[in-house]
Amino acid sequence: MSNIPETGRTQRVTIRLVVLQILVLSLLATLGGRLWYLQIRTGSQYAAQAQGNHIREVVEPAVRGEILDASGRVLVGNETKLVVSVSRTSLLQQKDHGKAVLTRLAGVLGLQPKEVQDKVRLCDAKTPKPCWNGSPYQPIPVTQQATTQQAMQIMERREDFPGVTAQPTAVRRYTGVEGASAAQVLGYLSPVTDEEVTSTADKTGRERRLPSDQIGRAGLESVYDDDLRGTTGIDKLEVDNLGKVIGSAGTVPAQSGNNLVTSIDARVQKVVEDQLAQAMTDARKVYDKETHKNYEADSGAAVVMDVHTGRIIAMASAPTFDPNLWVGGISAKDYQALTDKGSNYPLINRAIQGLSAPGSTFKVISTTAAVQAGYSLDGHYPCPPSMTIGGREFKNFEGESFGDISLEKALEISCDTVFYYLSYDQWLKDGGIKPKNPADWFTKTAHQYGLGAKTGVDLPSEVAGRVPDRQWKQAFFDANKDAWCAQAAKGGHEYADEIARENCQDGNVMRAGDAVNFAIGQGDTLVTPLQMARIYSALANGGTLYRPTIGKAIMSPDGKLVRDIAPHEDGKIPAQGKLLDYIDQATAGVVTSGTAAWKFVGAGWPQGKIELHAKTGTAEVAGKQTTSWLTTYSGDYAVVMTISQGGTGSGGSGDSVRRIYQALYGVDDKGAIDNNKALLPKPQAELPKFNPDGTAIIKQASYDAPGDRAFLDPAPATGSRAPAVLALAALEPARATGRSRG
Amino acid sequence: MTSYGSYRTVRLTPRRGSVARALAKDSPLRRMDWIMVLSALALSLGSSLLVWSATRGRDNLTHGDPQYFLYRHLTNTLVGVVLCAVTVGIGTRRLRTAVPFVYLGVLLLLAATLTPLGSTINGQHSWIQFGGGFSLQPAEFAKLSIVMGMAVVLSARVDAGEREFPSSRSVVQALVIAAVPMGVIMLMPDLGSVMVMGVVIMGVLLASGAARRWVFGLIGAGTIGALAIWKLGVLSKYQIDRFAAFANPSLDPAGVGYNTAQARIAIGSGGLTGMGLFHGFQTTGQFVPEQQTDFVFSVAGEELGFVGGIGLIALLGVILWRACKIARQATDLYGTILAAGVITWLAFQAFENIGMNLGIMPVAGIPLPFVSYGGSSMFAVWVAVGLLQSVRSQRPIGI
Repeated sequence: MSNIPETGRTQRVTIRLVVLQILVLSLLATLGGRLWYLQIRTGSQYAAQAQGNHIREVVEPAVRGEILDASGRVLVGNETKLVVSVSRTSLLQQKDHGKAVLTRLAGVLGLQPKEVQDKVRLCDAKTPKPCWNGSPYQPIPVTQQATTQQAMQIMERREDFPGVTAQPTAVRRYTGVEGASAAQVLGYLSPVTDEEVTSTADKTGRERRLPSDQIGRAGLESVYDDDLRGTTGIDKLEVDNLGKVIGSAGTVPAQSGNNLVTSIDARVQKVVEDQLAQAMTDARKVYDKETHKNYEADSGAAVVMDVHTGRIIAMASAPTFDPNLWVGGISAKDYQALTDKGSNYPLINRAIQGLSAPGSTFKVISTTAAVQAGYSLDGHYPCPPSMTIGGREFKNFEGESFGDISLEKALEISCDTVFYYLSYDQWLKDGGIKPKNPADWFTKTAHQYGLGAKTGVDLPSEVAGRVPDRQWKQAFFDANKDAWCAQAAKGGHEYADEIARENCQDGNVMRAGDAVNFAIGQGDTLVTPLQMARIYSALANGGTLYRPTIGKAIMSPDGKLVRDIAPHEDGKIPAQGKLLDYIDQATAGVVTSGTAAWKFVGAGWPQGKIELHAKTGTAEVAGKQTTSWLTTYSGDYAVVMTISQGGTGSGGSGDSVRRIYQALYGVDDKGAIDNNKALLPKPQAELPKFNPDGTAIIKQASYDAPGDRAFLDPAPATGSRAPAVLALAALEPARATGRSRG
Repeated sequence: MTSYGSYRTVRLTPRRGSVARALAKDSPLRRMDWIMVLSALALSLGSSLLVWSATRGRDNLTHGDPQYFLYRHLTNTLVGVVLCAVTVGIGTRRLRTAVPFVYLGVLLLLAATLTPLGSTINGQHSWIQFGGGFSLQPAEFAKLSIVMGMAVVLSARVDAGEREFPSSRSVVQALVIAAVPMGVIMLMPDLGSVMVMGVVIMGVLLASGAARRWVFGLIGAGTIGALAIWKLGVLSKYQIDRFAAFANPSLDPAGVGYNTAQARIAIGSGGLTGMGLFHGFQTTGQFVPEQQTDFVFSVAGEELGFVGGIGLIALLGVILWRACKIARQATDLYGTILAAGVITWLAFQAFENIGMNLGIMPVAGIPLPFVSYGGSSMFAVWVAVGLLQSVRSQRPIGI
């Protein structure tokens, strides 16, 4: 750099050029720094934004698993329907945003253009239904009821219907196979809520809920949802700024859900549903002397249980509903009809949610309690027409009197006064109204039989019922004391005012009346039909309480066993050995010469060949007609039926329960047994066999019902009266006074 | 030198073949700054890939040929390089005498945009359409002509040895030279170019050695002028919106702020090494508007990452660094001013363009030198490289 000639530059210019150079460098350094900040410091945040911009997910719904009966009959399956769907992204790329295409489509489907346009618009705060609630990238179903001809028209003129597809799609179907509905047991599906979608958005795979998902909301569909649902397939699409698809970023194929094999026998289920309906229809023809009108028979439930395993073979609840109403989304009108006050709540499964006092069916527990308390099985106890306890008279049913009788006889003829005496005597021993280390044999025994607790059946929303023990009395008193005392202070002289006054003073104390009422299954005791079926199953199987189950096994779609749902022993009832034989004998006596004899042996039942055991119950409910109970068992099955406002146990349900046994064992009305006609002479132990395509191999012939079959229609719901048997009943004290008789 | 024997006469000036002449120490080729030229060439050719990536999916622009913009960009580069060579070939001295004609020619083209010959793109009446899809943006050449015109006027008496620094009279004359084309461009209105020219004027005056009061006075006047333009509502709505969105990018992410927000997402998501050429989500998805021109840097940021982006900035830095050296070593004030003017022009334009991509400068329709797609800009910057080279070739051999 030596020998620099005259450059024409002065010092000032040289300095300024250096300034300029520094300025240029600092500008470039600024850019570099900012670039580092954007890409290295905060890059991941922008990467996520770019991903969100760029990737759209289209889901391919998994085919939901089927629910099968014990022989593999499809109770809930999937039906292939021609679903016509419209792709919004494709519509938006058309010049008129798809208006012409939708109008043409409406023409083919026989709909108004407005209807179709409304269905494919996106839901937002301002848009009234119908509108599409799911992802805008998901094809939007316009109809699930397209005919083959309509589908052909659409698919053959594809150029006229860009963005429209007509594809066979699996749609849930409650088959009603063999005529069985089992609506409350099977449950139903409904689409996921926005909340469920957002709350699981950060999960992956099966945990994640997608806007197209359907979720089991009730019954088996709900409990076994995880098994049935399968894995939704996801197609990740790369889209451009206009939402146009420009590539694929990976695909996860859909995986079908597993099948659920249940212990339900569709044919038995059908018989039980029909017989429950028939019993209710019959009860409405009977005049009630107490209320001076026919029985309302507003609701009812029936359960058939395999006594050796606790598996449920049939479970019916009335009134009922059609689960197919939920397929493809229930309409607001239908939903209201199923849930409003006048509906009598058909969605409730009264076998597990219906509560009522057990009436005399409770006496097997009282008998056990008496024996546990030390009373002799061989002893004789007085059965007078009435007893005065604590200043109140407790009568026998219709004032009957039998002199001194055995406990067996007391069970068989359902003598209340024998149990009044035993319970009162025990109450006195426990210290009366000033209890001293009470043994509480009666309430303790009820707990030992599993009352006051959920059975753990594989159905949702089961209720526990209630055993009105001292603990409950205290809690109930604490909660209601103020209201009772307020009512008492008004000084009225009605029955309710007297009760309130009494309760205000010592409502927390187990009084003689409480103990006496409890012994005959009245008062504050509440049980579910399933709890009673479980107890009578235990009496039949030698004393084991099983956890009731409906699910038997989870099978893969191609018929391989995924998971066995084994029977589960929850414990033993306190009646064992001699006592159990004694109860067995007494309940057989009910069928041969006791309260149910006129409906069984008297109606031609071959007791010598197939021994049945029964206990009837007629529970009183304040302000309502009596609830009828019939709890029975054979060597293999326990059958329980109860009808709210249905009359007496044997009168209300006797014929129907007998017919259920007739169907199970193939007995005709004259008492002849034909094994070929028997639906299920022995409970089915094996799982169904499957063809390679996943369909079950079904061997048994269909049942040909004995007797009259004029009871195919389900019982219509009665008027506007609130149902007596409701889960909600647990919230109010259902107080009843003495007098019970089956 | 070779000796052929004592009886031979030795020529004082050697007779040389054309190749030898071209490779001789004093030949224009040997006197070129190859580091600068190769950097500029690397930028121009490399950016063809970015332009290609940004446009290959845009069927509405490419007429169905995904390589359309690739070939056009390469053609533009070739024409630019030829224009650069022609400029070098003409040489500074001859060009200096031709400056008035160049200046007047560009002024005529500028005026033509305001006649029915001009056409409007993006709200600016700044284009002249020729047949065959060929169009010209005279404002790009106006930047050149302002630098050259001002350099001639400011350096005339200093290079003649009459004065040490340009007189106030020369400064005023130079400002008038700059003001005339700027006025026309303001009518288009192409405020981005006016802004660049304003900065170029500062750079030119600074380098000319003009009195300090002129330099600082002009900075003050520029600031007041900008405020006046803002307040008097000379700006159209979209220009105000652009500025508002710059001041607060979350203001309207779906509307005005969309461009900048999307460009920033593209660049930010590139990370250290980028998503790979042709694999940027934002680029393939066409989320960034004007991505082959004003927002071409976002392609580099997303697909080539921090490494690519810094590389691009570094290449620009090399060009500007070499240009500064040329400015310092120029043999006369004319060359110094010319080089300084070009430096200010390229540096500010690069800063403004990349800055708006990065969200630190407001959005203005200004191309990134050598990189953005566009013939006029490409031609102008390559002519500028030619000017720098011819200034360099003035200096004595050995430097």
